[in-house]
Amino acid sequence: MTESSVLWEEVVPPGASWSHVLKRGTRLRIADIEGGANVGAIFYNFECTAERYNMPDTLKAQHIARLTKGYVLYSDMGRILCSVVEDTVGWHDPIGGCSNAALSRSKYGESRYQDCRNDYHKNGRDSFLVELGKWGLGPRDLIPNVNFFSRVDVANDGAMAFHEANSPAGSYVELRAEMNTLAILNTCPHPLDPNPRYAPKPVRLSICRAMPAGADDPCRLSRPENARGFTLTERYFL
Amino acid sequence: MTQLTASTLDPAAATYRQVIPAGEPWIHEISAGQYFRIVDLNGNQAVDTLFYNAHDYSDRYSAQDTIRAQANLYLTAGTRLMSTGGNVLLTIIADTCGRHDTLGGACANESNMVRYAIERRFMHACRSSFLKAVTEWDHGMTKRDITANINFFMNVPVTPEGGLTFEDGISDPGKYVEMRAEMDVLALISNCPQLNNPCNAYNPTPVEVLIWDSAE
Repeated sequence: MTESSVLWEEVVPPGASWSHVLKRGTRLRIADIEGGANVGAIFYNFECTAERYNMPDTLKAQHIARLTKGYVLYSDMGRILCSVVEDTVGWHDPIGGCSNAALSRSKYGESRYQDCRNDYHKNGRDSFLVELGKWGLGPRDLIPNVNFFSRVDVANDGAMAFHEANSPAGSYVELRAEMNTLAILNTCPHPLDPNPRYAPKPVRLSICRAMPAGADDPCRLSRPENARGFTLTERYFL
Repeated sequence: MTQLTASTLDPAAATYRQVIPAGEPWIHEISAGQYFRIVDLNGNQAVDTLFYNAHDYSDRYSAQDTIRAQANLYLTAGTRLMSTGGNVLLTIIADTCGRHDTLGGACANESNMVRYAIERRFMHACRSSFLKAVTEWDHGMTKRDITANINFFMNVPVTPEGGLTFEDGISDPGKYVEMRAEMDVLALISNCPQLNNPCNAYNPTPVEVLIWDSAE
């Protein structure tokens, strides 16, 4: 992403929400400014929000429990909402889910706007619901989310552990929109982050134009499943 | 190896028994305090299952909240099945299989096209069964209400490197999983018709569901 190609850029502060319709033919870069950020994310086909990011389809089509460059995010309709086209981290968590008010209170204590003003504690679930509401969506549209910059290790017995220091300062991941994709993000802490202090981090978002995935695109070629996923996505626009 | 936990409940005392053939859905209310068992009659059958708060279907089973709450990926005896609203829907109290999946989701015409071949669009799939069931249930549920489900009796291990593998089942004929409903719930099952992978040992077979009013 060269500086001149950036259409716009903004910083999302710690514990905040953001949403935007990523147009097919654009890319979103999410940069972890300070290191240790977490970006909870859910995705919908903006033209028909009943079509949405599907965690199981994404994992089983690519035989993965992590996301990095070369993988894609599938909708429930066999199409690709966006592709991971750049990544300096190597592991983003698609399974750990998001925090909620009760979890946040039990970990970090009570924190209300009345006392804390805009530093009051936000949690992933409530943040998703508020941002979904702005697009006419609600609790029935809550879906399993991705956590960019976070990593959850799974032991052979299934035990899950938050992997600390997964993302150094300056890390970034870049998503290329393959459809007109409603992206809903927040910078709330990961639910398995053992830090006893509420310490969310800011991220910088940059949007620029993207070339469509060519015949030799690494995401298309990474697996035969993804070649079919791109074909089905391209057919949607015919 | 995983701990197995048997139940003391007698099938003869069950107040409800129903065999679900492969490829068919089942939708049914289970009241708080009732006990609910699913029996893998012939072994290695994936039973795709969703639960809802019976009084508010937008409060529904959450795969991520369930595994996060127990900090473990696999469902077995002791697992509390969590809802998106933070409620415990049911608790698994007996399990003679030992491990159940909640990452693999349900098969669909569309995911089969991606995973196997575009021509396989027309093979019967779980999410069609789910949609048929919620439509016939006629309480306003739609595809928005079909979320990431449980696959009882299915073995989908995650590797330390972040890989996801579909392994041969660890279930056998007669193995079962049993839950206590902690609130009034609506249960939705698709007895999986998948023929393209070993989740059903390439031979989808019937399962039986049983409900008891109490543990007496």
